[in-house]
Amino acid sequence: MTAEFVQPDLMPALPEMVMLAMTCLVLVVDLFLPQEKRGFTLLLSVLTLALAIGAVALVAPASAVSSFGGSFVLDQLAVVLKIAVCAITIMVFVYSRDYLADHDIYKGEYYVLGLFATLGMMVMISAHSFLLVYLGLELLSLSLYAMIAFNRNSLRSSESAMKYFVLGAMASGLLLYGISIFYGITGTLDLTQLSASVKGQMAEHPVALGFALTFIVVGLCFKLGAVPFHMWMPDIYQGAPTSVALFIGTAPKIAGFAMAIRLLVDGLGDLQVDWSQMLTALAIASMALGNVIAIAQTNFKRMLAYSTISHVGFILLGILSTSANGYASAMFYTITYAITASVAFGVLLVLNRKGFEAEEISDLSGLNDGNPWYAALLAIAMFSMAGVPPTVGFYAKLSVLQAVIQVDMVWLAIVAVLFSVIGLFYYLRIIKVMYFDKPMAEQTTTIKEALDVKILLSANSLSLILLGVFPSILMAYCILAFS
Amino acid sequence: MVSMELVYLAIPLASLLGAIIAGFFGKQIGRSGAHCVTIIGVAVSFVLSLLVLKNVAVDGAPIYNYSVYTWMISDGIRFEIGFLIDGLTALMIAVVSGVSLMVHIYTIGYMHDDDGYQRFFSYISLFTFSMLMLVMSNNFLQLFFGWEAVGLVSYLLIGFWFKKETAIYANMKAFLVNRVGDFGFLLGIAVLLMFTGSLDYYEVFDRADSMVTATMQVIPGMDWSVITLACILLFIGAMGKSAQVPLHVWLPDSMEGPTPISALIHAATMVTAGIFMVARMSPLFELSETALSFVIVIGATTAFFMGLIGIVQNDIKRVVAYSTLSQLGYMTVALGASAYSAAIFHLMTHAFFKALLFLAAGSVIIAMHHEQDIRKMGGLKKYMPITYWVSLVGSLALIGFPGSSGYFSKDAILIATKNADVWGAGYAYLAVLLGVFVTAFYSFRMFFLVFHGEERMDEHTREHLHETAPVVTVPLILLAIPSAIIGWLTIETVLFTDFFDQAIIIFREHGAMAAVAEAFHGPASFVVHGLAPGPTWLAAAGVISAWYIYLRKPQLASAIRQRMEWIYQLLDNKYYFDRFNEIVFAGTARAVGQVLWRLGDALVIDGLIVNGSVRLVGWFAGVARHVQTGYLNHYAFAMISGLILLLGWAVLG
Repeated sequence: MTAEFVQPDLMPALPEMVMLAMTCLVLVVDLFLPQEKRGFTLLLSVLTLALAIGAVALVAPASAVSSFGGSFVLDQLAVVLKIAVCAITIMVFVYSRDYLADHDIYKGEYYVLGLFATLGMMVMISAHSFLLVYLGLELLSLSLYAMIAFNRNSLRSSESAMKYFVLGAMASGLLLYGISIFYGITGTLDLTQLSASVKGQMAEHPVALGFALTFIVVGLCFKLGAVPFHMWMPDIYQGAPTSVALFIGTAPKIAGFAMAIRLLVDGLGDLQVDWSQMLTALAIASMALGNVIAIAQTNFKRMLAYSTISHVGFILLGILSTSANGYASAMFYTITYAITASVAFGVLLVLNRKGFEAEEISDLSGLNDGNPWYAALLAIAMFSMAGVPPTVGFYAKLSVLQAVIQVDMVWLAIVAVLFSVIGLFYYLRIIKVMYFDKPMAEQTTTIKEALDVKILLSANSLSLILLGVFPSILMAYCILAFS
Repeated sequence: MVSMELVYLAIPLASLLGAIIAGFFGKQIGRSGAHCVTIIGVAVSFVLSLLVLKNVAVDGAPIYNYSVYTWMISDGIRFEIGFLIDGLTALMIAVVSGVSLMVHIYTIGYMHDDDGYQRFFSYISLFTFSMLMLVMSNNFLQLFFGWEAVGLVSYLLIGFWFKKETAIYANMKAFLVNRVGDFGFLLGIAVLLMFTGSLDYYEVFDRADSMVTATMQVIPGMDWSVITLACILLFIGAMGKSAQVPLHVWLPDSMEGPTPISALIHAATMVTAGIFMVARMSPLFELSETALSFVIVIGATTAFFMGLIGIVQNDIKRVVAYSTLSQLGYMTVALGASAYSAAIFHLMTHAFFKALLFLAAGSVIIAMHHEQDIRKMGGLKKYMPITYWVSLVGSLALIGFPGSSGYFSKDAILIATKNADVWGAGYAYLAVLLGVFVTAFYSFRMFFLVFHGEERMDEHTREHLHETAPVVTVPLILLAIPSAIIGWLTIETVLFTDFFDQAIIIFREHGAMAAVAEAFHGPASFVVHGLAPGPTWLAAAGVISAWYIYLRKPQLASAIRQRMEWIYQLLDNKYYFDRFNEIVFAGTARAVGQVLWRLGDALVIDGLIVNGSVRLVGWFAGVARHVQTGYLNHYAFAMISGLILLLGWAVLG
């Protein structure tokens, strides 16, 4: 076979190229910066992300374009998700600064690794072949492993990095195994060709396809953190530095969602009856286990981990309804969840200071007495996670449930609502602790006020109400992505 | 037109912004910051309201009916926020924001030493916002929102001094009584929604004709006219908010709140929301004679019998409160007589002079070091000249002294009631006519006891008596001016031009307002007409009796009281309404509550369902938590188990 080398259209990948170039620049510049000028690295990193957002906006096409022989695609979905990922990463970087400084890990590596992870996510979002999905996934995962272990002096951090690495490697292995079977059956790695080929093979190799699909679903659900592939999450959330937990808990969920859509919907749409059933079981298990176990937590970070698991259940609900509406509402849910979680972690980060690691729920007691504003910001986030109107969490849940009911799965909607009611308990407990419990002696010291963090965090939290009242601001784009 | 849209939006939002800033950032901006932002906010609302009023009244701007924001559409029913700007709305927003502005300024003086200064300003601005939303609404949803929001703020403000036992009792009472009214109101809206399928005023009015012939069976076997049912239910809401018998019991108790609140909420604006609502619904009420009769009888009863109670009250604020009840009764009578514009006209004049009277009473209370018993006052005229003169203006307006603002509005109501032809109008006319005497009597009883006669206060108080500060007296003077002259200036425009043209619909067969128009030949001749024998003479008789009994022969008062002990007891106990409610409603409710609590709540719900499920969930959470051992191999095992399960399902299933 003599293939002529065709120069691929590089424009759709402009944001990724900007990211890569800038990240390398950050890496080099940081090497020559003295410790007290570390703020410049942050500035440069934020600039990188802002440039990437600008580049995405610049190359955003009217209709989907693909490049690199079809393995890279830029469509409405990719545009919105990439912007979301970059924006959230900006918040993560800004919120983290003081925490890193207090814990003597204020180093350029945090930003460089974060930027590489972001690049990985962007690749995942645009990937349209198994190979590229895997490439992005590994770039993301490897960066995250390193970020978790970043605080070398902390035993707990190293332990959780180790756990995540081993389990992550296993999940990658399972995913690769699934991919290899598909390759064996269809002879292609490209998702478009795969989709066409699977249709023809369905009658011939039903068992093999189901077998391979299971491995893909497992790999995916590990990344998203659905039960029973969730075990890593509580430990990693708790063990990782809070600034890293913030990162893991937000942006990668969006990338995970993109991966699910690319693999299951774009690539394996013909097997939707099978994966929809699997996801149903996983979604129910996630909502049940996540909400129930969260109640028993005393550690705020662990509680958030279980809360994430239950939210993943909701996201799966949207996907498994296999309708454009369902995908759009799952997308809405994922993005707004990431925004909400960044508020929760952001407030937790603000509470940290030198020699004091705020992570227990009791650390929040009486927060309203000394810091009513931060208490209010966190309260909004908790209400949003619980799904109380007028916050965005309510609308997100509503639209997912609507999608589920539209495909005549009323029972599933009822189950979801019941578990949400259980979930209400632990969110409200946080509010009770903040507003009605007496502050602990050590908690009375006031928070240092970094103005940029305060403004960004406030905007972040208030946007939950804004999006709740005017959900169409974001929903319109989500619907457009699947029309 | 775009710019006007912004103006309409800005009117309520300016107050809301002030409330938010003072409420959430009260600590940061301090006391003066709090009153500055809220006063600026309300002042903006007021100026813009005047602009709107000018647009509508002078330039004759067309009716603006537009929805600003659609919350949702469910089953074809639109839930919206929108504005309807016509004569009625324009007048109301000007009155509300104007009185509110005066009260804001006055509060600086009245609440000077209070710890909850910022909170207070935030509340009254929030109230102004809610009230403006209520009157500007173009649909029932927003009306109900405003209705509940003003109720909420009223509740918060009655209990503003939340460490005072009586204040807590009073605000709970207000809350509970208003629940009864609001329940009726909500049912009324529900009936309209059911039969017209819309929440929009105009759409409902357009489809109202279909409800005239329709009947429904609420109690099996009894056919009720839908329109009558809907109107009476709506009016029950108005009875709660506008304190009509028998839902009036909360208003006198609401005087436990700070005086500026009594002036703003419990005299000038919120309590008139019911009157406004019925006037706004005139296209519906006109369709039901029965409902109008119901309205007029309730109003007349309130107007006369509540006035009587005012005679025996000794708390300066409570006298004014009963006078408010009675005046609200007058407005309601006007509504029942289909003289909606007269009701609104009286609402406006009453808003000025009653706010004035309350604030003047507040000025007296400040000077007396929070002593409110008029038996311990007397002769204050020489200490507080400004307060004295503005009180005189207010009292004269209240009793309808010819030429004062109250004279025009009250006489219009009297003539309209005389010419009304609904069932019960005769009774109503008698009640409002006698009410004129009663009003004059209790008003001047209080006036004489406070400002004239011997000085009955203790020595310490007397030494410190002096006129209050300008922040208090300036709003008084600013309110005294409209109290004196606004009737003369506006009667022609409000009552006899097309100002309310499309806002208020009156059927031709209801001729009360037409009769008023016939009797009217310019404000001056209206005044001359008042000098002929009639209501004015009754008022004069009331003033003279009060003077004779309380100033000339003070021993006469107690002699009369002893002679008519049983009447005194009846009035002093407010016709035993409170006792009755306490025993029958509260008692029964508590008894039923006890049973439900013991059996239903404590045993079944708490014991079995709530605690039971909590224990179950808790137990499960505890167990499941142990699965999370922290061992890597266990985690991997869980993953592989999941994989095998799914594989089994995919391959075998």
